[in-house]
Amino acid sequence: MDPASILQYCITGLTVGSTYGLAALGFTIIFNTTGVINFAQGEFVMLGGMVSVFALRGMGLPEPVAVALAVPVVTLAGALVERLVIRPASGRPAMDLIIITIGVSILLRGLVMLVWGKDTHALPPFSGETPIPFLGAALMPQSLWVLSITLALLAGLKYFFSATLHGKAMLACSHDAKAASLVGIGVRRMVLLSFMISAFVGAVGGVILAPLTMTSFDVGVLLGLKGFAACILGGLGNPFGAAAGGLILGVLESLGAGLISSAYKDAIAFVILLALLFVRPSGLFGAKDAKRV
Amino acid sequence: MTIARAAALALAALLALAGCSKESDSVKIGAVLSVTGPASFLGEPEKNTLLMLQDEINAKGGVEGRKLEIVVYDDESDVNKCVMAARKLLDQDKVVAVLGPSISGNTLAIMKLFGPAKTPLVSCSASEKIISPVDPWVFNTPQLDRHAVLRILQDAKKKGYAKIAILTVSDGYGQSGRAVLQELTPAQGLTLVADEVFGPKDTDMTAQLTKIKAAAPDAIICWGTNPGPAVVARNRVQLGIDTPLYMSHGVASKKFIELAGDAAEGIVLPAGRLIVAGQLPDDNPQKALLVGYAEQYAKRFNAPVSTFGGHGWDALMLTVNAIRAGKSAKPQDIRDNLEKTSGFPGTAGIYTYSPTNHNGLDENAFVMVVISKGDWKIAE
Repeated sequence: MDPASILQYCITGLTVGSTYGLAALGFTIIFNTTGVINFAQGEFVMLGGMVSVFALRGMGLPEPVAVALAVPVVTLAGALVERLVIRPASGRPAMDLIIITIGVSILLRGLVMLVWGKDTHALPPFSGETPIPFLGAALMPQSLWVLSITLALLAGLKYFFSATLHGKAMLACSHDAKAASLVGIGVRRMVLLSFMISAFVGAVGGVILAPLTMTSFDVGVLLGLKGFAACILGGLGNPFGAAAGGLILGVLESLGAGLISSAYKDAIAFVILLALLFVRPSGLFGAKDAKRV
Repeated sequence: MTIARAAALALAALLALAGCSKESDSVKIGAVLSVTGPASFLGEPEKNTLLMLQDEINAKGGVEGRKLEIVVYDDESDVNKCVMAARKLLDQDKVVAVLGPSISGNTLAIMKLFGPAKTPLVSCSASEKIISPVDPWVFNTPQLDRHAVLRILQDAKKKGYAKIAILTVSDGYGQSGRAVLQELTPAQGLTLVADEVFGPKDTDMTAQLTKIKAAAPDAIICWGTNPGPAVVARNRVQLGIDTPLYMSHGVASKKFIELAGDAAEGIVLPAGRLIVAGQLPDDNPQKALLVGYAEQYAKRFNAPVSTFGGHGWDALMLTVNAIRAGKSAKPQDIRDNLEKTSGFPGTAGIYTYSPTNHNGLDENAFVMVVISKGDWKIAE
């Protein structure tokens, strides 16, 4: 077991893990304001990738423009989902809303399949495909993009939730929506905002991932599942725990595939997840009294 | 109760009679294909091809003076719908032969119906279980995984590679390829030094490739269908691995080159001759039909031709050829004459069926191609 291979497994794991982490982040943002698990989160990631591919190939825009266009478009889609589907059903039990989000995810997948077909598409990497040698392992420039943008997003969200009025208002809604509205917080607006932020995070994720992982109408399914697992691993109510959970899940998978067996890669990650939940049911970084769904 | 039953019987008899009287006007061939659903990339070009050939054959006077009528049912890539469609073709439509299904699982589910119905089935799916052991009524047209593996291993031996690493996808296609690779690699005198697997939806194979790199093979064989192998090709370049990479015939479409980009350069794989038809020497017995089929398909459907549509071409033309050879469209005669097919050029290769070989092809159905400057080139 040479150290260069181990380092390679860890680099791979961190890159793949950021994808899970970004999906997980979106879950926690909506969960924190509404108490709803948004199962369409993986579809926001998929939309980010597919819209940028369409803008690049279908409309012939240069890549930076295509990418810069995809993010607001998907953020808008997040807002539409809230206004058209979630808001009319507000006041229903959380479980109803969760089932509605599953419906939304199927609808989005179907629409994208109808409009852009079932093919897989690749997006060119932002800064070339020449690997950077790093202590005997190979590091892709795109991996650096993914890791640094993920960290920047995390820092931005941290600032938003702890230092801005809107962020604090959203946290207040998550604790008690009625009390929040009594002190003058527009709860509906906060819910809308949370859908937009999580669609934004998903879209950024989709855009930076597409060059590494390629994209198609159905990539959101697996990402949503792994992101959800990352969320549970890190602690459902905690965005930063969720992102860390994603990274940990990615590294575990990669080490499992490399050191034990690639045939059981997914199984290894989920077995560790289950084992951990027996020991710490609230996740690694979750508050002790976090509500579970 | 009895009256109802008698009425039902009478009705059934009438329907059967109606079926009989119609039989003489046209030769009715059934097809059950995955036109929609996950396997639609197989079934759709197959259906297009069948209907295109039906029109062409009828314009030229039909089969043995009778019009050709093809009844196509869509199984939606679903095994239950496939069984229902096959029953309907046999019981109600009274077809003289059935073409398809597109996917192996569906073929395996319906093939037992054909012996009792005494009707031949010419499948468009590739699983070896379809033709081994031989069922007298069941044939298939695509090249077998065994042929592709043999071709790759022969090429590897010729180039002096001794240690082979395999990387296969964990779906049905990959599992069957993996089993043949595990069987034939030692049988051909080569050593298997690494045996890794990836999931069909996986987006990163660097862990597996890092492990393979540590095993220091002379060549890597990757077995899968898009998009997994494209990720493998990219990850290989990203990790700076310069070990030669073989792919299976599962990626012999332009889509693979598009997805893998520059990382596809130099990859070698076995492929049917359809994708390199233009490069074949003029005396190749398949050249004229391949070039003609590709042009005709592109013109009519405004889409590039695919190997899978070719399986439909082969299934129908082999059946038509058997009818013409025996001057009879009786199911029993079609079966007997299919089995006597010898040296018939199709899109996948030159078919020679026999009582012990219901696939009709050998490893020469494949030609080794290399990806060069974003296009296919015959490697020999």
